[in-house]
Amino acid sequence: MISKSNIKLWSSLGMRATFGLIAIELANKNPNLIITTSDVSTSAGLDRFKNKFPEKYIDVGIAEQNLIGVSTGLASEGYDVISTTFAPFQTLRCCEQIKVNLGYMKHKVCMVGLASGLVLGNLGFTHCSIEEVGVLRSIPNITIVSPSDTLELYKVLNEVFNLKGSFYIRLTGGSNSKIINKSDYNFTVGKSVELLSGQDVSIIGCGNILGNCLEAANILKNKNINCSVINMHTIKPIDKDKIIEISKKNKLIVTVEEHNVIGGLGSSVAEVLSSEKHNCILKRIGINDFYSSGGSYEYLKNIYGLSTEKIIETIASNI
Amino acid sequence: MKLNKIKSFAKNIRKNIIFTAYKAGAKSAHIGGALSCADIMAVLYSDILQFKKKNIIDDNRDRFILSKGHACLALYSALVEKKILKKKDLETFEGDGSNLLGHPIINKISGVEFSTGSLGMGLGLGVGVALAAKKKNKSYKTFVVLGDGECNEGSVWESVLCASHFKLDNIIIIVDRNNFQQTGKNSKIMDLKNLKSKFKSFGCEAIEVNGHNINQIYKSLKKIHKNKPLAIIANTIKGKGIKIFENDNNWHHSIITKAIYKNINKEL
Ligand SMILES: Cc1ncc(C[n+]2csc(CCOP(=O)(O)OP(=O)(O)O)c2C)c(N)n1
Repeated sequence: MISKSNIKLWSSLGMRATFGLIAIELANKNPNLIITTSDVSTSAGLDRFKNKFPEKYIDVGIAEQNLIGVSTGLASEGYDVISTTFAPFQTLRCCEQIKVNLGYMKHKVCMVGLASGLVLGNLGFTHCSIEEVGVLRSIPNITIVSPSDTLELYKVLNEVFNLKGSFYIRLTGGSNSKIINKSDYNFTVGKSVELLSGQDVSIIGCGNILGNCLEAANILKNKNINCSVINMHTIKPIDKDKIIEISKKNKLIVTVEEHNVIGGLGSSVAEVLSSEKHNCILKRIGINDFYSSGGSYEYLKNIYGLSTEKIIETIASNI
Repeated sequence: MKLNKIKSFAKNIRKNIIFTAYKAGAKSAHIGGALSCADIMAVLYSDILQFKKKNIIDDNRDRFILSKGHACLALYSALVEKKILKKKDLETFEGDGSNLLGHPIINKISGVEFSTGSLGMGLGLGVGVALAAKKKNKSYKTFVVLGDGECNEGSVWESVLCASHFKLDNIIIIVDRNNFQQTGKNSKIMDLKNLKSKFKSFGCEAIEVNGHNINQIYKSLKKIHKNKPLAIIANTIKGKGIKIFENDNNWHHSIITKAIYKNINKEL
């Protein structure tokens, strides 16, 4: 349930543990729900769910290709299925199962990718996930949402089974994640949210990295650079109207994502801009198509130009 | 085989695992599954694997692949004992820019053959490396350590089938059979039932040993397996060597606080 205290609690728990809490609420409302996992209940905050609803919880073992197979079979028999494991294993490991079962046959499964982006940087790039949006975006019939914070995660999970098609929900940030939306707001899949308005630059971001975008915008304001910050939570289908609108208004658009600049949010925005008349340039901030050395979240954000300071630098030097 | 030498090698591996996990602090470390394979690693690194320390990337070296990459602390610690890594390197574990992350990163001159960590990939690599030895008429052997939970992955079994199809008698598969995976017992999460008979039915020579008995591990690694791969099911205890960690899966991935470190350090 959305409340001031839950917004605080959830953000401190982070997206993974909050997912586990939301799952309980969803199961209470939806008798049709089944959650499938691959030996990661603890990492998805699902231990309570598992104990409370043993009949709604299916662990297929460490076997992610099978995870998509089993989830699809259940979905084809009418269940509302949420599958979850760490983002690389939830997506790339079972990519062709996703293509054929969810894309091609259009069965509906909601996939939740845990700890995506760079947050697991000290475990190395087997555990970081910087490619999956690009790969999934090229498969038809899958909606891709990267919630900005735990409240938005709540909102999207409550929408998923009212809408058609499969979903990929990309969880970013760690525990003590940033609050992007301080109170309840209107959330619609496919429709971006303007978090801040400014006439000089538009920053379009997705995921918890929007916290850095907002910080950057606030600091830039003191230097007389006024930024809009747009929460593009839905990467596919992307909010074209909004992009076209700002491309007529601003000279500089900057996309910010915890993902390779090839294939993700920045690419999606570029695709829209490339077929429109406009007067702006686009700078894509994200992972510049290389695997760096590993390390902490902050360390990697800094390497890839995603820290607040680096975002400021990029904007200031391009305006 | 020098039993005492290997035993002290194993002890040092365990010490280093605990020390490094403690130093890692809040970054956390995979502890249980590193401790369970410490004796296997000790036998391999002190007496079985053939390589030249002066030329560690020599073509004829035996290849070792830690497919259950999350147990990297056991590998790093063995490499420290062999003086391929320095003890000080362990303090960089999971640190910014470190070579020693929470999963191994390919670094042949430091003794790490492949980047692992995504489970179920190491054996396929091993099969390719062993096939190459056959093609090039090389006599090196390939050793692959798997987790039992890891054996949930279908890809493991694709590789077993393949190793036996190509009659690879130069590959040795060791399963660290500690009966646990990330979120509980194998039997609860995904029952593996009889692993030895599974490997046998896939065409391997298969044996079961006590994975903490140095003699048994050593003998099994020397077993002749003509025209087929060898699979060793090493029955182990997750967390072995630290009483409070043994068979307690909370230590799969966890933090060793100062108080706990003080307490358990005596045990080693
Ligand atoms: C493909 C893949 N899926 C999931 C994980 C997450 N994970 C890390 S360790 C682990 C459990 C492994 O169990 P096991 O092989 O038995 O190792 P042990 O219990 O000996 O540590 C899981 C599920 C992973 N690293 N790779």
